[in-house]
Amino acid sequence: MTRAFDRVFAAGVAALALLVPFTLVAITLLIVIDSWPALTTFGLSYFTTTEWDPVKLVFGAAAYVYGTLVTTIIAVLLAAPVAIGAAIYLTEFAPRLIRAPIAFTIELLAYIPSIVYGLWAIFVMVPVMRSTIEPGLQATLGQVPLIGHLFSGTPVGFDLLSGGVVLAIMILPILMAVSREVLLAVPPTQREAMIGLGATRWEAVSRAVLPYARPGIIGGAVLGVGRAFGETMAVTMVVGNSSREISGSLFVPGYTMASAIANQFVEADSELYFSAIVEIALVLLLVAVVVNGVARVLIRRSIADRPAGVVI
Amino acid sequence: MKKPLIASLLAFSTLLAACGGATPAATNAPTTGGTTAANACAVPVKAKCPEEASELVGAGATFPAPIYTKWVSEYNKLTGIQINYQPVGSGGGIKSLTDKTVDYGATDGPMTEAQLTAAGGASAVLHIPMVMGAVVPTYNIPGVTAALKFTPEVLAGIYLEQIKKWNDPKITAINAGVTLPDAAITTVHRSDGSGTTYVWTDYLSKVSPEWKTRVGFANSVNWPGGLGASGNAGVAGSVKNTSGAIGYVELIYAIQNKLGYGMVQNAKSKFVEATLDSVTKAADGVTLPADMRVSITNSENADAYPISTFTWTLAYTEIANKAKAIAIARYFWWSTHEGQAFAKDLGYAPLPAGVVTKAEGMIRAITTGGVAALPK
Repeated sequence: MTRAFDRVFAAGVAALALLVPFTLVAITLLIVIDSWPALTTFGLSYFTTTEWDPVKLVFGAAAYVYGTLVTTIIAVLLAAPVAIGAAIYLTEFAPRLIRAPIAFTIELLAYIPSIVYGLWAIFVMVPVMRSTIEPGLQATLGQVPLIGHLFSGTPVGFDLLSGGVVLAIMILPILMAVSREVLLAVPPTQREAMIGLGATRWEAVSRAVLPYARPGIIGGAVLGVGRAFGETMAVTMVVGNSSREISGSLFVPGYTMASAIANQFVEADSELYFSAIVEIALVLLLVAVVVNGVARVLIRRSIADRPAGVVI
Repeated sequence: MKKPLIASLLAFSTLLAACGGATPAATNAPTTGGTTAANACAVPVKAKCPEEASELVGAGATFPAPIYTKWVSEYNKLTGIQINYQPVGSGGGIKSLTDKTVDYGATDGPMTEAQLTAAGGASAVLHIPMVMGAVVPTYNIPGVTAALKFTPEVLAGIYLEQIKKWNDPKITAINAGVTLPDAAITTVHRSDGSGTTYVWTDYLSKVSPEWKTRVGFANSVNWPGGLGASGNAGVAGSVKNTSGAIGYVELIYAIQNKLGYGMVQNAKSKFVEATLDSVTKAADGVTLPADMRVSITNSENADAYPISTFTWTLAYTEIANKAKAIAIARYFWWSTHEGQAFAKDLGYAPLPAGVVTKAEGMIRAITTGGVAALPK
């Protein structure tokens, strides 16, 4: 009786556990089937051309891929220093009393709905970007020979840079939380040994703590990248939604993959148009799988065999 | 296996004979019973008739959703019939109708030949006009408060990114008395697929051969440049926030949000402000095809606002489910007659009388089992 029940129970939970992978496989299959017409019609040119014309039924998603990459890179470049700096302060320097409140406040950012970020960005951030930050960047960094081109054009406020800045704020909590966990997982003996040798706090952090935690922090950044890739609403509201060209400037309206799906899916009335949009979803799904895999490996390498193990 | 089918077919045809005022046999030999049943389901709609379905599901265009919602609630008060209208977008409405997951669809742009073929052929689906709307240019130019005048050439030139400054001679020539600044023009368009974009680009395609070949018209197109923003609210917000911007929004949206908008020169070279009356004029006194699958942008009527459009509901000409066929026909009849009274308050232009007559003909063409759904 008991053993029979055990077997039934085992089979039951196994079925529950398999349900999730099955869902993923089913979704993937569905996406592949639905994107098949576009896959076979456009092949590789889908990834290399920027013409996206629902009237003439010619689809190339390069501008969307480019927009997603650029906004994500901006987001990580802006968010990573802030997140890592905050995490170092909270684990190494901050008085105990304020550690929890600061960490809580930063993590609270993760609970603000995407659409609220978008509205804030449209009404507060975009006007500031257009009138102050972008002209400021143009007057300073814009004059530097090699990178000056990044800041060329008329500042409109609805552009790749704005999309990246909103994303930076949105991925900050996950970056900070992961960095903090990883830094907490660094064994106290690492610091104690350095300080025992007469090192300053800076030397202890930069030579003993950070190198130890580096893979985990990179893993956190990769998770942030994953979040930035898929983020839709807030970016759509400020990125400009124009896939006209890849100009190299950050001050031109752009388009991300997730925005393209959200904007065009509902009214995609012909089969090829529909399947071209589903193919964007396929690309996003593949990216998500790869990014997640990389993050897992990096974080595991960072916390394996550590005394104060953390669960990510 | 065959017996029950035949039996039900027989029962069905008896039912048809009982109700059907439209079969030649029934008209030639009216029976008292038949006449009573026919009268109950006749139009105008006074109350639910015994033979019609008590629930309908529709899906489609978002642009007329506010008035469709109003109609559904008023019609429910009158008849008790529950109608569930889902504003999923014109493309979604056409898809749902083709997949037969809804009883009727709704769209802001007529179905294409390919879509009609998928749905069963050119005569399989009826496009019944419900109300009219318009799309207006709205702009944000520093120091300009007057209503600007636009010619078709100027609108196309701006959206083709050929006219780049507000003080371009082509704009100043038609706006004597308005001081236009030397400011760059930023065009704003809908980033989401939309019937509003369909009307706007359909108009530009009619007035500009270059637009027609380079861009064309559809719910979303490959824009020559500019910013994309989602929904009327997104376009209006981007225009408001961007100095020198021009965008296009639905007339209703502009009226409700007190946005300033420009006058557009119509096909008879007259500058017309978009009002509910000038929109109705676009379908008045012009020749319209029998199937009503027609764009009325750039109307020939001298008083018409040129960027006007119908919005249609879509129904199959032959609806096998008799109860549903009667319910749909009666609801459409009520919408195109009594329902029109609600249009102006909600910012829609009512149909002109000539179009209502055409709609009547189309609604009477809805059949069930080959017999007209509406009794004579």
